[in-house]
Amino acid sequence: MLAEIGQFTLIIACLLALLQTVYPLYGIYAGQQNAIASAKVLTIMQFFFVGLAFVILSYLFLVNDFTVSYIANNSNSALPWYYRLSAVWGAHEGSLLLWVFLLSLWSAAVAVLSKHLPLESIARVLAVLGLLSFGFYLFVLFTSNPFLRTLPYFPVDGRDLNPLLQDVGLIVHPPMLYMGYVGFSVAFAFAIAALMEGRLDSAWAKWSRPWTMAAWVFLTAGITLGSWWAYYELGWGGWWFWDPVENASFMPWLAGTALIHSLAVSEKRGVFKSWTVLLAISAFSLSLLGTFLVRSGILVSVHAFASDPARGLFILAFLILVIGGSLLLYAVQASKVKSRGRYQLFSRETMLLSNNILLIAALIVVLLGTLLPLVHKELGLGSISIGEPFFNSMFTILAVPFALFLGVAPLVRWKRQTVQELFKPLVHCLLITITSTVIYLYIFASYFTWLALLGVFLGLWVFTTVCYELYLRATHRLPLFLGLTKLGYSHWAMSIGHAGFAVLIIGITMTQNYSIERDIKLTIGESITFEHYDFHFDAVQDLQGENYTGKVGIFTIKKDNKYVTTMKAEKRIYTVQRMPMTEAAIDAGVTRDLYIAMGEVLPDGAWAVRIYYKPFIRWIWFGPLMMVFAGILMIMDKRYRIKKIPLQEL
Amino acid sequence: MVNTRRVVTLLLPLVLFFVVCIFLFKGLYSDPRKLDSALIGQPVPAFILQDIYDPNKQHDSSIFQGKKMLLNVWATWCPTCYAEHQFLNQLSGQGIYIVGMNYKDDRKKAIRWLTDLNDPYQISLFDSDGMLGLDLGVYGAPETYFIDSKGIIQYRHVGALNDAIWNEQLAKLFNGMQ
Amino acid sequence: MNPRRKQRLIIISSLVIGLSLALGLVLFALQQNIDLFYTPTEIIEGKNETGVKPVIGQRLRVGGLVVNGSVKRDPESLKVSFDLIDNGGGLVTVFFDGILPDLFREGQGIVAQGELLNATQIHAFEVLAKHDEEYLPPEVAEALEGMDHLKETEE
Repeated sequence: MLAEIGQFTLIIACLLALLQTVYPLYGIYAGQQNAIASAKVLTIMQFFFVGLAFVILSYLFLVNDFTVSYIANNSNSALPWYYRLSAVWGAHEGSLLLWVFLLSLWSAAVAVLSKHLPLESIARVLAVLGLLSFGFYLFVLFTSNPFLRTLPYFPVDGRDLNPLLQDVGLIVHPPMLYMGYVGFSVAFAFAIAALMEGRLDSAWAKWSRPWTMAAWVFLTAGITLGSWWAYYELGWGGWWFWDPVENASFMPWLAGTALIHSLAVSEKRGVFKSWTVLLAISAFSLSLLGTFLVRSGILVSVHAFASDPARGLFILAFLILVIGGSLLLYAVQASKVKSRGRYQLFSRETMLLSNNILLIAALIVVLLGTLLPLVHKELGLGSISIGEPFFNSMFTILAVPFALFLGVAPLVRWKRQTVQELFKPLVHCLLITITSTVIYLYIFASYFTWLALLGVFLGLWVFTTVCYELYLRATHRLPLFLGLTKLGYSHWAMSIGHAGFAVLIIGITMTQNYSIERDIKLTIGESITFEHYDFHFDAVQDLQGENYTGKVGIFTIKKDNKYVTTMKAEKRIYTVQRMPMTEAAIDAGVTRDLYIAMGEVLPDGAWAVRIYYKPFIRWIWFGPLMMVFAGILMIMDKRYRIKKIPLQEL
Repeated sequence: MVNTRRVVTLLLPLVLFFVVCIFLFKGLYSDPRKLDSALIGQPVPAFILQDIYDPNKQHDSSIFQGKKMLLNVWATWCPTCYAEHQFLNQLSGQGIYIVGMNYKDDRKKAIRWLTDLNDPYQISLFDSDGMLGLDLGVYGAPETYFIDSKGIIQYRHVGALNDAIWNEQLAKLFNGMQ
Repeated sequence: MNPRRKQRLIIISSLVIGLSLALGLVLFALQQNIDLFYTPTEIIEGKNETGVKPVIGQRLRVGGLVVNGSVKRDPESLKVSFDLIDNGGGLVTVFFDGILPDLFREGQGIVAQGELLNATQIHAFEVLAKHDEEYLPPEVAEALEGMDHLKETEE
């Protein structure tokens, strides 16, 4: 009965979403204030009903109702309760329900938190969001209904959740990522509403900036979590694979990063407006494209969800309508936009534009690498895969000018900048960077490589310029410490975000250049030594978990003959799905990780073991975490508090 | 007034998007995962599997020799198998020889299932780690393979068997097999 | 020319130069890193679509069935070699040093990514096996069409 109620509330939510689109727009057309004002109420009602549907599905998972076929296929009574709950979004149908739920959550947030905006603008934004929701409801109801019953015959127990997904990281990763994907729909809706209205101004940029930043924060957190999950769960010790599904989440991130910078320029200087709108449309379009690529199964990847052409066709049609329609609107309306601001070639505007161009270049590289195999195949040229070195070398090349500009940009003034003025600070920064690079490599690098030198230099360059700029700004009129306390949140946000990027670059450089990866054969009692660490293979024991059995390898680690830690690497067999899983043992540290994964038992009783030494790998996740924190700071800046503040001309 | 040259420039993203869509559309329909015919005309792959009731009793591919039969892949976690089970009992009652393969499952649960719902299988194989399933290219459960008296797979049916399908198409096929 | 036009000219020309430079770079990097997929038969006789044989030293991916009894392990290390076949009858040998995936076994369809050593031998950096019954790389599925059980005749 409950499942039927769930489906029913979903249908109601679907109709409300349609109403949320049509009625307020009619109100604007006919000039009826009541109809315009209804947008907010309808949005909140829609959120309530889809929320109810989501709660019902979660409850059905918790009580093991295997009469619902989605639950029978993705859960099992032996599963711990928290995995039963996260199994809600463990497969296609549920994750789409999560998607529409989050979309309505964002819409409701816009409805509630935008009291200071003109009612008509908000009605337009909510109408666009309603239309998006409506499309997704139809998709869920017609092709991917999670409430379908298996009656009259139902199984005694469920098929279990894919063991790969039985993990804490996977409880949090998809909701975060989806919050990011879906969050760009708000920036998209603001852009479309502004285009419909024919009013692209600084106010528009100011309204959509905190929303875009919020979405970007979630997406950044989601991707970071995904990378961390892949590192400890897949048993290969990699942190990024250029897998199509990862790329699908990385592309909206790149567009979103360009967008938050471009929005800043549009807000403060009133320029690049049509470019910013295009980025807002792209960020969300790429989120939709990502969904399409993952859900239709046309690209093969480790994530490979079961494919279904009907579903793919539906999303594709939706993509064409939404993206095609908005790009058409863009072409017609954005051509009327006139830039008011003036700026010279050497100015912060140009620096930010270059940053944008480099981000878009990176985006094109990823897009090309992801879609080329498909195009190649459809042109009848045979199957190909694009090797990791392609992405790695392209990103290394792009990172150089990007980091150099990123360091200089905050020091450059808006409108115009003379070279003479900038000369002294840049020379100072360069000297500090070179000295610190030499010191850093002397301490942490076991040997020299050019790439390591380049990477560390770029990271420290960004870090130095960030600190230098903070110092200059703080001591402009006041003593240093007082000056630092007077800096606004958004200034700190910029500095911390950029410093996070510096940390990320250094982390990537050190991990890529100085990791030691050994796949070796070890018999119990043997040991292997590298980088001063001694890994001693003590024993193998049997393992018995709640829904798995297996073996655990026990290792004692010593550094220069001093005991460091004991590590336990597991090899699990999940009993219901009969799937083997590798649970790596990881000893984490600020400057290095030790990583052990059990391979297979060889015919002579020895084990194939994978032992890694990964320097600075934690920095790869710590850097993005700093960016996330910076994004939160930025949203909290007093300019975006819910108050009417006249726009300041700078 | 709309500036035509600017509109044309700004239409560029739209055009690019449509080009991408054409490939996405084509890609959707060239899904090469369909493997339905892979085994037709081939003998059943070699295997050694335990009997479901008795771990000490082992079967190999010789059980498929000598008479035509069905090989039914099932599991207790599979809702459709439950629906199919009564019909299998019926087929077995008509004297059709059915070999069952319990796929990626738990022995205790499977035995309980067969005791509770009647056992339509002449021989029940226990493929706990799904290795024969892997070889057969089993996509999911239930699936039924039509095997002739020489042990050659003649047809593969994906999904549940029932009255309608059997009477319309499959009975003819089964009776026509050597 | 007024300063505004001049500025615009500089921006546009630098954009054009930058773009063409980037395009060139991308194409060059792509050419180095496209890994074509071959079946064992295609390695020996040339690609079905184009008839082109891979060059020695080329990076490629090869997919096929591991021949029964062909897996040879080095007793001292993780070095392993095995033969791959497909429905065209070609046979190549793959050398690998590392940990094979959990579901690697004889008679199983796998994909190896690596470098061509000579006409019929490949040095693999990576070996991928079917993850579960719902995942088989499509290229392998195509290559193995109708021959899942050739291993029987091999025995």
